[in-house]
Amino acid sequence: MAEMKTAAYICSGCGIGERVSTAQMAKVAQKEGKMALVREHACLCDESGVQAIRDDIEKEAVTHIVIAACSRRAKTEAFNFPGIAMSRANIREGVIWSQPDDADRAETTQEMADDYVRMGCAEVKKMKVPEGNPNRASNKRILVVGGGVSGMTAALEMADAGYDTVLVEKSAALGGWSAQLVKRVPSKQPYADPADTGIAELAAKVSGHKHIKVYLNAVIAQTNGAPGRFSVDIAQESGATVTEEVGALIQATGFTPYDMMQLPELGAGKSPNVVDQLGLEKLVKAANGSPVKRPSDDGEVKSVVFIQCAGQRDEAMESGGRHLPYCSGHCCATSIKQAMYFKDANPDIDTMVMYTDLRVPGTGEDFYRSGQQKGVIFTKGKTASVEASGNACKVNFKDLILNEDATIEADLVVLATGMVANSGMNIDIPEEEVAKMEVKPVSILNLNYRQGKDMPQLKNGFADSHFICFPYETRRTGIYAAGPVRRPMDMTQAIEDATGAAMKAIQAVENASLGRAAHPRAGDLSYPIVRLEGCTQCKRCTVECPFGAIDEDEKRFPVFNESRCRRCGTCMGACPVRVISFENYSVDTVGMQIKSVDMPDEFSEKPRILILACENDAYPALDMAGMQRRSYSAFVRIVPVRCLGSVNTIWITDALNGGWDGVMMMGCKKGDDYQCHFVKGSEMASYRMSKVDDTLKQMGLETERVASYEVAITDIERVPQLIDEYAAKIKEIGMSPMKGFA
Amino acid sequence: MSEHAVAPYRNDFLREVEKNVEEGHWVKMCMQCGVCAGSCPLGNAWAHPPQEIFMMIRAGKREEVLTSDSMWMCTSCYNCIVRCPRQLPITHIMHGLANYAHRLGLAPKGQPTQATATLFWNNLIKKGRVNELTFSLALYFKDGFVQGIKNALGMQSIGLGLMKAKRLNPMEILGGHGVKDQSGLQAMIAKAREIEDRKKGFSK
Repeated sequence: MAEMKTAAYICSGCGIGERVSTAQMAKVAQKEGKMALVREHACLCDESGVQAIRDDIEKEAVTHIVIAACSRRAKTEAFNFPGIAMSRANIREGVIWSQPDDADRAETTQEMADDYVRMGCAEVKKMKVPEGNPNRASNKRILVVGGGVSGMTAALEMADAGYDTVLVEKSAALGGWSAQLVKRVPSKQPYADPADTGIAELAAKVSGHKHIKVYLNAVIAQTNGAPGRFSVDIAQESGATVTEEVGALIQATGFTPYDMMQLPELGAGKSPNVVDQLGLEKLVKAANGSPVKRPSDDGEVKSVVFIQCAGQRDEAMESGGRHLPYCSGHCCATSIKQAMYFKDANPDIDTMVMYTDLRVPGTGEDFYRSGQQKGVIFTKGKTASVEASGNACKVNFKDLILNEDATIEADLVVLATGMVANSGMNIDIPEEEVAKMEVKPVSILNLNYRQGKDMPQLKNGFADSHFICFPYETRRTGIYAAGPVRRPMDMTQAIEDATGAAMKAIQAVENASLGRAAHPRAGDLSYPIVRLEGCTQCKRCTVECPFGAIDEDEKRFPVFNESRCRRCGTCMGACPVRVISFENYSVDTVGMQIKSVDMPDEFSEKPRILILACENDAYPALDMAGMQRRSYSAFVRIVPVRCLGSVNTIWITDALNGGWDGVMMMGCKKGDDYQCHFVKGSEMASYRMSKVDDTLKQMGLETERVASYEVAITDIERVPQLIDEYAAKIKEIGMSPMKGFA
Repeated sequence: MSEHAVAPYRNDFLREVEKNVEEGHWVKMCMQCGVCAGSCPLGNAWAHPPQEIFMMIRAGKREEVLTSDSMWMCTSCYNCIVRCPRQLPITHIMHGLANYAHRLGLAPKGQPTQATATLFWNNLIKKGRVNELTFSLALYFKDGFVQGIKNALGMQSIGLGLMKAKRLNPMEILGGHGVKDQSGLQAMIAKAREIEDRKKGFSK
């Protein structure tokens, strides 16, 4: 590689030149930053500015550049120099826009700008240009687990896009539960009548597609590898095992209806005339167009009661209740559809839907109205019990509108039980407990990963995926969840979900083949590099990696699967001996920034507060605060980090030893409703920081000198307030006694 | 089982309402949001707000609905119609129900709105015009002779004022004026009633 040649570019555009002395910044870059070339420009992002940088790269062989202008989040297209290491000093959003234009703040504003130049110069000298994952692989086939409506849709979407797809289905036929439906809830205007499922056509398309290979009566025996090079053993009914090489997987294993036998109070098992929603589909299918028969005596059904939320939304669940605590979402519309089976055939049949809250979002409202038009009766009531009396069933309930107990007789009772995810094993249950279980959990993916055989679950047994921000992403890179395995949903949503997951899988194989990261650092060429000679085999990185990217060899050394890595740096933050780094993001690139600032002495009344801000949420929030000219203390210096999970405690100790007066860490929300782009990063950081108090006490420092905050991207007003409150706190506890020793 | 015995929560009474009550076919479209109940300025005076009436119809509470004085409390302010997210003509349904209960003889006896409406109707169809004097007097005396005298004395000054302003002709007490072709009017009303009876199931 060519020798490093540095250059710094100071922009005076966007008002920077009017607020701070760019000449002073240029001097700092030259004298303290030791930049070989320093240039000032009136508008660096325009053609002439960008050309000047290109010329230096070409003619002066510049390899490392510092751009002191706007935030690293702005003008990314102009400042795009492939093969060049670049650091961006945030003078616009981070300094002139976040500091009031007052004469008495001019000095501290200039100090801020100078420090960001120092930090940029310090960072860039420790950066290398990432060359891309050397262990990349370029298998672009995609395997889908599950042949229901989600799995078939995903396979078809990918196959139509030209990607070879393998579909593995456990049963003997494609279609899943949807194949058992007589009709489906409509997905097209006017959303008034039950519609054809279209499953037979979909299955025929899948079976006949030249890019789709279908395995029926088959399960996954083992999954090895990483994006771009998965190797999947498929166990077939015959006992034979086939190995398929693929680049990504989609898990569309769907759901199992909640076992209605758990609901004897609602008559399940007491009378054959009490069925669940799939049971009713079977009855209607068996009737084959003629009137539906009552199972107990084959008498014609004249009245039906549909009981919503049967075994669902169990409020007692939190305190150890027996049934599902959540709403499965589709059942209200499904019951309306099933009531229409009767009403459309014979309007004289009484059909009643007993609900506590009718949940039919979107076009479901039209379908609900259509049900009412057809004479389906809706009663807001809570079912207490269902008794079998001869061929009839008695439904005892409380009418919640009339506020009284009542009873209705019906020939048939349909229980709207919910969806239970087929998400495989819960890998968080310790092996000892699994050993005690009567029914052993069965793995679906049989991943040969250190962290467990299936995908991690979030809550209620659904595969972990962020249901709003990045729905198909799981914690196993290159494996995407689609359909009711990740949250309860209806057929329309499952089709949309499968399409989304198909796109993600395609993106994953394409990125993997180029040695790039997947979401959320899609396109990032850096990857973790470990210096194994320094490793103490402590296993922290392998345990803490949220994505199961790191396995262990026989000697318990970490084995990195770069293609599985999302480049969050949680391993780097975890490593107690600091042997893990990225080419352009390392303990040094941040550490040197912390060490590079000019530290005023104890008596200056100018404290210095380090902010380590998550680049996904907190840093944009800070930038936006600047854009809205919301000012904050001039004593802070902000360093963006990939994730709070990547924060190594050495940065904190270095900062405090170096005389910094306080450290603010800003990361995303953690827990079940996390907002962390790397799922567990902020949680790891919070766990590590819970131990930092001891270090502070050892150093003889107040515990307030390190503080953590959960910051969302929308906290634009709140972030400056947090900073100012913290700055006031530091003023109160006084300057750090550690200044001047480093 | 008598003709109108209704099993709870079966659709018999709902079907009866759909068939015989003006705008009754809207009852099934109520989604029980309660906006009508919350919007009624006389809500406090109602034993059952419209939302509840609709539920009672679906629950088959025939007797309770038809003997209720709730729908007689409606003053036709139309707040509920304007606000109903399902666009139910609630005011009209209330009047339809009241009328149906009255026709069946189930409306509560002595209910003031019903009594007033009956007097108004009977007064009107006599000559095709409302005779304000006889209508007012009939209203004063509807609760008995003594109460009638009290009412009349209480309204004395207003009555005299109206007379002075020539807005009230005391001679109207003798029968007053009417529309032309009164036998034609009676024939029209009889025909209308016959059609209505046929539609609402009152024809013998």
